[in-house]
Amino acid sequence: MALTPDDIGRLQHLARLELQPAESERMLTQINGFFSIVEAMRAVDTSGLEPLAHPVAAIDDVQLRLREDTVSETNQREANQRSAPAVERGLFLVPKVIE
Amino acid sequence: MADLHDLSLPDLARQLKTKDVSAVDVAKHFLARAHADTLGAYLAIDDDVTLAQAREADARIANGDAAPLLGVPVAHKDIFVTKDFPSTAGSKMLAGYRSPFDATVVDKLAQAGMVSLGKLNCDEFAMGSSNENSAFGAVKNPWDTTRIPGGSSGGSAVAVAARLAPAATGTDTGGSIRQPASFCGITGIKPTYGRASRYGMIAFASSLDQAGPMARSAEDCALLLSAMCGPDPDRDSTSLDRPAEDFSRSLTTSIEGLRIGVPKEFFGAGLAADVRAAIDAALQQYVQLGARLVEISLPRTELSIPVYYIIAPAEASSNLSRFDGVKFGHRAQQYGDLVDMYKKTRAEGFGDEVKRRIMIGTYVLSHGYYDAYYLQAQKIRRMIADDFQQAFRQCDVIAGPAAPTTAWKLGARSDDPVANYLADIFTLPGSLAGLPGLCHPCGFGEGGLPVGLQLLGNYFDEARLLNAAHRFQQATDFHLRKPEQMSPHAPHFVSSLPPEGAGLPKGGLSGGRQ
Repeated sequence: MALTPDDIGRLQHLARLELQPAESERMLTQINGFFSIVEAMRAVDTSGLEPLAHPVAAIDDVQLRLREDTVSETNQREANQRSAPAVERGLFLVPKVIE
Repeated sequence: MADLHDLSLPDLARQLKTKDVSAVDVAKHFLARAHADTLGAYLAIDDDVTLAQAREADARIANGDAAPLLGVPVAHKDIFVTKDFPSTAGSKMLAGYRSPFDATVVDKLAQAGMVSLGKLNCDEFAMGSSNENSAFGAVKNPWDTTRIPGGSSGGSAVAVAARLAPAATGTDTGGSIRQPASFCGITGIKPTYGRASRYGMIAFASSLDQAGPMARSAEDCALLLSAMCGPDPDRDSTSLDRPAEDFSRSLTTSIEGLRIGVPKEFFGAGLAADVRAAIDAALQQYVQLGARLVEISLPRTELSIPVYYIIAPAEASSNLSRFDGVKFGHRAQQYGDLVDMYKKTRAEGFGDEVKRRIMIGTYVLSHGYYDAYYLQAQKIRRMIADDFQQAFRQCDVIAGPAAPTTAWKLGARSDDPVANYLADIFTLPGSLAGLPGLCHPCGFGEGGLPVGLQLLGNYFDEARLLNAAHRFQQATDFHLRKPEQMSPHAPHFVSSLPPEGAGLPKGGLSGGRQ
């Protein structure tokens, strides 16, 4: 399997990345180089196996917790917006999305 | 008497407790060295913040508080968010970012009384094995400044090796504590996945990322790890409900009869002769200490490379989608609509390695490919974890090299990312299985470059790894040797704080190390 320049173009859009043409070309070569070592993995028979998402689940029944649905934090709007690229009157500013 | 920067953590703590030296004096000593850093290890230093913490530690000592790490300095990998220092994850995307909170690990060490010296360089978003992928410049290996220190916790490894900090935090996703520890001649341990909270660690691959300490010895690491671990149920859903432990409790226990598994797959053709010689000698040292070597097999070792490099980028592509220029971080100046802003922001903010992994991750998670790649990789991950359980029926710990070679030249593999990926072969299996892994110095290869021995344990067996490494370090002096580049007589080191305006700008690099 080898990716084509069209695949790279599609991936750029999905990943929300704008690559320059030279960068795109280099990426294509490098990713195809990478997928050459992935082929061995695809050939492994994994039928009947459960995927291992939390490693410790290999030996134990790991339950991902949810915390209580209660307010635990006070309002920290100012601290949270301290590193925002653009803020006005306590709101994050983004480009206009509705004409 | 040894210089302050040569003292072990227990010795430093003892001197602080007996008031032979104050926490402020210790902090000033290390700040002076940090300001004189020419290796690129530090990204942010703030004397006022550090000295205020040191004064607080002195007050606690004066009040009779005897916490084992009270007043001892530590520096943090810049992947941990901190209120008092900028947090960049080595990325232009986050240059100058100030977190409104501290990572749990940072908080726990502060609660233990440790004094923060600042933030340390790392590969961008912890992606890399050489620390050349930082937007703020590569870090240099103090044993040979033309070489890489390893990554992604390269800044942490260098800070400890060059005595710019007595200890540091690191994170290990696919070997990012163990490999730089190996290349820089220090000791580092990645605990079992879930033992240390990931809250406040800027996420790379969530099912693999794990925090751990980096220091000069197993004894130092045990103290740090005891303070770092513990459940964090309300803030990290993957943290385990496992109480903190005293990992120092069995350091001096005999290792007579310890069964050390030696995986045959770790000693194949790709292993450099000088590394092999150092590892073989280290294994013989363990035998002299009473351990027994057992040949074992980890048959999916080679598969761990594609499995890891599918899972990690997949999770990274998801985690890094938050960097869109809206709520924090870099935003492009020129753009058309919202999507264009996202694309330009991310293209400008991320470096090559991060972009490459986002693209791979996006591909393997995209419609029609998820089952063939991500799901398949997670299933083989279970096989890899099962292989370890099979091996641990024959042995107590597993030993082998942390990396196939010693540190390579800066820039030598810049155009060949796959060569970098292949070099992670010995650390990836343990990462995928979520096992604890330790690396300690065990000898030197060609050119006097350090070689590290990796010890892997079964889940929650950190104390046994630290015990084995400590016994080795009591019988050898590899962990005490130091690179010439850190010599206190080296011209770039000063004995007191530099004048105002010298060294790093106050608060660190906001626009990046140029």
